[in-house]
Amino acid sequence: MSLATGFERLDRRWIFLITALLVLVPLLWPLNLPLTPSVPVQDYHRTIEALPPGSLVLVSCDFDPASRPELEPMARSTLLHLFRRKCRVVVVCLFQGGARFVDGLVEDVARSRHLTYGVDYANLGYKAGDEAVMVLMGQSVVNTFPRDQAGRDAAGLPIMRGVRNYSSFALLVSLSAGYPGTKEYVQQVQGRFHIPIIAGVTAVTAPTLYPYLQTGQLQGLLGGMAGAAEYEDLRYERGMASRGMDAQSLAHVFIALCIVLGNVAYWENRRRAPR
Amino acid sequence: MTLHLSTDFGVWVAAALTLCVFSFLYRDNPFYRFAEHLFVGVSAGYYIVLSFWTVIVANLWDPLTAAFDGRHGAPLAVRLGDYRALLVLPALLGLLLFTRFVPRIGWLARWSLALIIGVYAGLKTTGFAQSDFVAQVHGSIQPLWTGHWGSSVSAVVFTVGVVSSLLFFYFSREHRGALGRASRLGVFFLMVSFGAGYGYTVMSRISLLIGRFQFLLFDWLGLR
Repeated sequence: MSLATGFERLDRRWIFLITALLVLVPLLWPLNLPLTPSVPVQDYHRTIEALPPGSLVLVSCDFDPASRPELEPMARSTLLHLFRRKCRVVVVCLFQGGARFVDGLVEDVARSRHLTYGVDYANLGYKAGDEAVMVLMGQSVVNTFPRDQAGRDAAGLPIMRGVRNYSSFALLVSLSAGYPGTKEYVQQVQGRFHIPIIAGVTAVTAPTLYPYLQTGQLQGLLGGMAGAAEYEDLRYERGMASRGMDAQSLAHVFIALCIVLGNVAYWENRRRAPR
Repeated sequence: MTLHLSTDFGVWVAAALTLCVFSFLYRDNPFYRFAEHLFVGVSAGYYIVLSFWTVIVANLWDPLTAAFDGRHGAPLAVRLGDYRALLVLPALLGLLLFTRFVPRIGWLARWSLALIIGVYAGLKTTGFAQSDFVAQVHGSIQPLWTGHWGSSVSAVVFTVGVVSSLLFFYFSREHRGALGRASRLGVFFLMVSFGAGYGYTVMSRISLLIGRFQFLLFDWLGLR
């Protein structure tokens, strides 16, 4: 049996099994493969490093548990980074199913740093309206989010004193799993209100955002689990993303190998086919 | 490495459902179908309840009851900065959407749809024109010689890629001769872009698999 017929007749369940093993084994016994932070990740890190202590930062966590493996490591690392830089953080969420999940995540990180709610950080929760909410925040953040996630009066929180609109924030961090997310923030907010934006996104959306990096509309970008792992590496952390990268790399090598073998089999079949 | 099985009932349910979904990789079976139907049903119910509390109650009912509780004088005597009483209008427009169920007055829903489409078309058009058209054209105009070989080569490749890809989408003339060669070059650049997109998509899907395995190994089985 030739390679071509062998590969064509291969039961696809063998491919599933090998992929599962290649993911499972490095999770149990890490290989610690090296990581090299890419330029967009370095820019993301550098933008936060450049913030003066006390800066007010708006973090829009637009994702739900479905994107947890990619975006939770980014969100944790970013919040920790901002808090270590002594920045004050205001969190909002435009994903309906994500507000409670994001709240738990923010509280978990804040608790680990012994921060005070309403002073060092606030979570204004979810608001329906997608792009309209983004534009409304450009007029008044407190009018757009009159109450925080727990139902408290947002204007009464010490961190919100003096906050008017985007001009009150030094940076907007968009952590997004799709629509509405980073693309909409660039379209509706960056062009209108000229606030610097950095973004952490799922790998699927990352390629659509590279043009915004090239034009400077985005200052930095974390794309998928690899971006999150590179960011953790820059921060000398070994978090969830770094622990998953060995499995990610092995699975990618296997899939690339399958693509090459598939193409070889295709060409061999084509060569043998009667003309 | 030791086993510390989770004592959380929710984790056990999630683990069982994860295994039910994974069983589809072997072949379609009743466990997979049970998990699939359960997911669809629970998701629909969950999002209906969530929409009621996070959209209708938070954005309409609470502000309206606050406006009409009598503490701010006459409810429709709108004070500067407090326009909550005017939420009666979007509430009315929202109700008009349901007139679609009564064919005789179904046309009333068009008023609400017209407003929704008008607002979002306006927002999208201006945002897109500024960020995806003007800013991208501006960003694409760059010097070919920057004083450094590396960045100059990159600028030339970038410019050739932009022009040839644009020519591929020029359909007012047959793609022959110089235009044909340029558009064929554009196809190569488009293929590189599709390849990058595919690679990132694979990464996303494998990340989801890793996330599930991390849950099974560490949250459920508690392997340490």
